[in-house]
Amino acid sequence: MEEEKVEVVIVGAGLAGLSAAYVLAQEGVDTVVVERGDYPGAKNVTGGRIYMYPVARYFPELWEDAPLERHVTRETLTMMAENCSTSITLDSDRFREEPYHSYTILRSKFDRWFGDKVMEAGAFVLPKSRADDVIMEDGRVAGIRMGDEDEIPADVVIAADGVLSLMAEKAGLRQAQQPKHFAVSVKEVIELPSKTIEDRFSLGPNEGTAQLFFGDLTKGMMGGGFLYTNINSISLGLVVGIESLMERDPKIEVHELIEDFKARPEIRNLIAGGEIVEYSAHVIPEGGVNAMPRLYSDGILVVGEAAGFGLNMLLTVRGMEFAVGSGVMAAETIMKARESKDYSAASLSYYEELVKESFIFKDLHSFRNVLSMLENPRLFNFYPQAVCDIFEKLMWIDENPKAKISSTVIREGISKFLNWSTIRDVAGMLRI
Amino acid sequence: MNIESKLGLDVFKIDEEPHIIINQEICRSCEEKFCLYVCPGKLYSINRETGDMDVECSGCLECGTCRIACVHGALDWNYARGGFGVQFRFG
Repeated sequence: MEEEKVEVVIVGAGLAGLSAAYVLAQEGVDTVVVERGDYPGAKNVTGGRIYMYPVARYFPELWEDAPLERHVTRETLTMMAENCSTSITLDSDRFREEPYHSYTILRSKFDRWFGDKVMEAGAFVLPKSRADDVIMEDGRVAGIRMGDEDEIPADVVIAADGVLSLMAEKAGLRQAQQPKHFAVSVKEVIELPSKTIEDRFSLGPNEGTAQLFFGDLTKGMMGGGFLYTNINSISLGLVVGIESLMERDPKIEVHELIEDFKARPEIRNLIAGGEIVEYSAHVIPEGGVNAMPRLYSDGILVVGEAAGFGLNMLLTVRGMEFAVGSGVMAAETIMKARESKDYSAASLSYYEELVKESFIFKDLHSFRNVLSMLENPRLFNFYPQAVCDIFEKLMWIDENPKAKISSTVIREGISKFLNWSTIRDVAGMLRI
Repeated sequence: MNIESKLGLDVFKIDEEPHIIINQEICRSCEEKFCLYVCPGKLYSINRETGDMDVECSGCLECGTCRIACVHGALDWNYARGGFGVQFRFG
């Protein structure tokens, strides 16, 4: 069936695809977004929270009434040992000042709303439609195929089809994906009344908490856990490197890890009485600059997670800001290419220039060594235990006279940390 | 809560056509069988009668972990067809 040609076809109505579509539609470009879910957001999963400063510059009017959850006012990092944990919490007035620093978010709710905004701006979002292949004409991408019969010819295709990006693969922009460059994440959404959440986490109305965990919860494997408070639910989950999971002996399954994590007293009491309403899973790109596909070719651009734009920065985890940023940069590239109607690789290479000059590439580059550091199992077993041990000794009172704080810290510090492995680990830390 | 009940909380629109096809020949020669324990939905299992690898596509979360972990290339993996598969309400 021959379809009418459009200027731009975008595969995937996630943050990257919708951001590109929103900008293009506002500029009057004939744009279609193809989405395989029943509605935008039906296939999208985040931890999650979105940082506003990197994205507020793009379509500021849109963020004002966006259906985000709570603005994060408390940041906690928890190091978990086998039977104890140590947490550090930052509670700062700066997080209570507008414009807010970050918000928790549920993607099915957000993306669906964003999809409506994109339609209002004039682009067409086509749900329940899976793109199966790219149309190749004289060596260039000339649209997409859906099933055996339908196709959408286009001047340019934006592959915004997520972390696995079958479109980038079909267009020959990348090789098979390697387990070492990806992590798998599982998440539960647990409903609790808004007031209960605020009381349990010591939050004001609309205030939220974000908590990251590392240590025993991943049983020595690369990864960590997360907890975000939404308006009337908690997003709780964990992330494990796929290669770590494959290599671990004895084997353990991720769905078991999350059950063990929830059984910990630190978590159990926070979610008590809550009702699980959804279980989801998502693959996260962690290969950074080392695993990026080619970002463009004749007639095609790759954005968001499809381009490998995700980053574990140890204390913060990023992805959605890169999706929005890269989507807008792809739209800007198309606007420029449209002036001369030239959608060749040479013309679209402007997109890579924009990405390289932006926070996306700079952050990916600055934090390129985090992954190798995270492969160190001592980070997940030795350090959380050592920190807990010292803290516990300081807090513990028994029938014996108590040693001075300084001597406890010095004695324990020397015995635990003054050794070759720790010095090597610290040296590794300094690279990130 | 076990994994089967947990998947029961999600909305799935079930397609009779499976979106993951397993090449049993490659699968039989694979020693590690990573798919059996990397899947967050625990959807892979060995059929007791035939010895074949089975996958329960109707509970698939479409994350792609198996596609990446199956380094021997036994999976012809696709997303569920448009309008089918998991439909997240929270995400």
